[in-house]
Amino acid sequence: MSVLEIKDLHVSVETDQGTKQILRGVNLTINEGEIHAIMGPNGSGKSTLAYTIAGHPKYHVDSGSILLDGAEVLTMTVDERARAGLFLAMQYPVEIPGVTVTNFLRTAKTAIDGEAPAIRTWIKDVRESMAKLRMDKSFAERNVNEGFSGGEKKRNEILQLELLKPKFAVLDETDSGLDVDALKIVSEGVNRAKENTGLGLLLITHYTRILRYIKPDFVHVFVDGRIAEQGGPELADRLEDEGYDRFLAETPVG
Amino acid sequence: MSAASTSTAPTSSPTSSEALPTAEQHGIKEHSDGRFGFVPVQTRSARFKSFDVADFPAVTGREAVWKLSPVAKFTDLTGGVLDGSAYDIDTASHADVDVSWVDRTDSRIGTAGAPEERAAANAWSAFEKALAITVSGEEAKEITLTRANLGSAPRAAHTIIEARPFSQAVVILQNTGDARISENVEIIVGESANLTVVTVQEWNADAVQLANHFATIGRDARLKHVVVSLGGGIVRVNPSVHLAGQGSDTELFGLYFADAGQHLEQQVYVNHDAPNSRSRVTYKGALQGAGARTVWIGDVLIGRTAPGTDSYEQNRNLVLTEGTRADSIPNLEIETGDILGAGHASATGRFDDEQLFYLQSRGIGEIEARRLVVRGFLSEIVQHIGSKPLEERLQGAIEDELRGTEGN
Repeated sequence: MSVLEIKDLHVSVETDQGTKQILRGVNLTINEGEIHAIMGPNGSGKSTLAYTIAGHPKYHVDSGSILLDGAEVLTMTVDERARAGLFLAMQYPVEIPGVTVTNFLRTAKTAIDGEAPAIRTWIKDVRESMAKLRMDKSFAERNVNEGFSGGEKKRNEILQLELLKPKFAVLDETDSGLDVDALKIVSEGVNRAKENTGLGLLLITHYTRILRYIKPDFVHVFVDGRIAEQGGPELADRLEDEGYDRFLAETPVG
Repeated sequence: MSAASTSTAPTSSPTSSEALPTAEQHGIKEHSDGRFGFVPVQTRSARFKSFDVADFPAVTGREAVWKLSPVAKFTDLTGGVLDGSAYDIDTASHADVDVSWVDRTDSRIGTAGAPEERAAANAWSAFEKALAITVSGEEAKEITLTRANLGSAPRAAHTIIEARPFSQAVVILQNTGDARISENVEIIVGESANLTVVTVQEWNADAVQLANHFATIGRDARLKHVVVSLGGGIVRVNPSVHLAGQGSDTELFGLYFADAGQHLEQQVYVNHDAPNSRSRVTYKGALQGAGARTVWIGDVLIGRTAPGTDSYEQNRNLVLTEGTRADSIPNLEIETGDILGAGHASATGRFDDEQLFYLQSRGIGEIEARRLVVRGFLSEIVQHIGSKPLEERLQGAIEDELRGTEGN
């Protein structure tokens, strides 16, 4: 049974105004098969947590630890983290000129598995996943994210989630910018991936509406770089009614 | 592609000759190619031409054809005495492809085009014998001519490639070793012939090559022209194609990969001069390393004589590191309204850290990530060459280019 542990994580970024501390001691343990929702107001550090787990060079870890089955993730390169079983579905996936979706998926799958996938089953898997995400076949030959709409980019992220089969996935505001139909399709994809592989999920969101389709086991409220409150799904319902004001009022401005 | 622009870095402040109308007088809007309101007084086909070097004034670097080239680095080729003797050619013989050295009096010489600048005229004035490659026979065939021993003294060369009517061939010009050369290549495509000319530049690092290719295409004939520039210090290959016959067709491809300190340039000109002619121009380049420099100028002229023209030109550059410069200047002149289509496009985009992060976050290592992007970007051109062995070899050569800079 896999476990992802985040221990007393402090993270800062360099800005024009100098070093800015963003995460101030995050503690979180996610077991395989669990869905954790992280909710919080803008600027609370939710996305920083996501990108720090993935290893984006912009974020500087001042102290703390991220352990995947006991192994220190923070000393791994970005690609080593992915090969160890971590996945980040990005809020704004970038375009990769000159690289088709087909080529990209096969290269990533080969890198993560350490060997090329068997061609026949792989092509079938890709086709089936694309069909379930209502992605037209023509996507396969388009360059990664080039000219994709916001919804298409998010579906392409979930396509990768399904095919690369990570142990833990962080979904960074995957719901933002999606209409209700696209939100349902994307949520189905996430639920399908969990059903098939039993992965653990860290669902980062500003709104509660994605939690109607992906049911969290735990909800954490993120305020000012740390977890201010945690509970079960009922906490999300309460946030839906009350918003974040209650937490913000307790936080000093700045 | 993130950015779409026609030029990445303007060069000089406005310099307009008194003899020329200003942009205001002319009423046109200036393009972003750095000419800053310079209005050409002539159409592309009206440029001065001469076979005699003495007809051209000394090169200053301000001329339209030279303004983006490091002219100070090859004054011997634009103004000096050139060795015009024959040189070693390595090729396998083929029954339907005659390769021989011919005299300056050969009737084909001067039929495909004439020099528009001094280096080309200097070479034309200096060559003693022309290398003539004459293709006949309707079945498909491929021939490779390799030049590997041109040496480092300045020299001139003249080549004729003629595809007789209804003939078909792929002619590959392979260039390696040292060179300081100015040369002209005349390509004559007879009625209904189907010719592919591929010129591959894999020179040594300090080689200088200034090449002009002049092609004339007959009725219902087809020319595919591919320029692949990977090695050499300064490599300038300028193809100029005259679509002279009704229904003539040309596809011009280019692939270039500039490393630190390399200058790779191509000025492409397509002259639609007959009804129902078609052209496609696609040049793609990658730049990597400090001082890597590429220039692409694409001129397309659709004349009054060319109703029913179908034309499209595009240039794409992929910038892999800081400190490079890609100039990309598409020009389109249309003199008739009766055309099927005419378009041009240019984009210069970066491979940046966010793209690297994205690919790495999917398990792909940094080196593989760069390779994936460049290979994908350039393979569109490689796939069009039409010679499987050469395509495979060039894929390998591109990998070597990437590997070469990994060590930097």
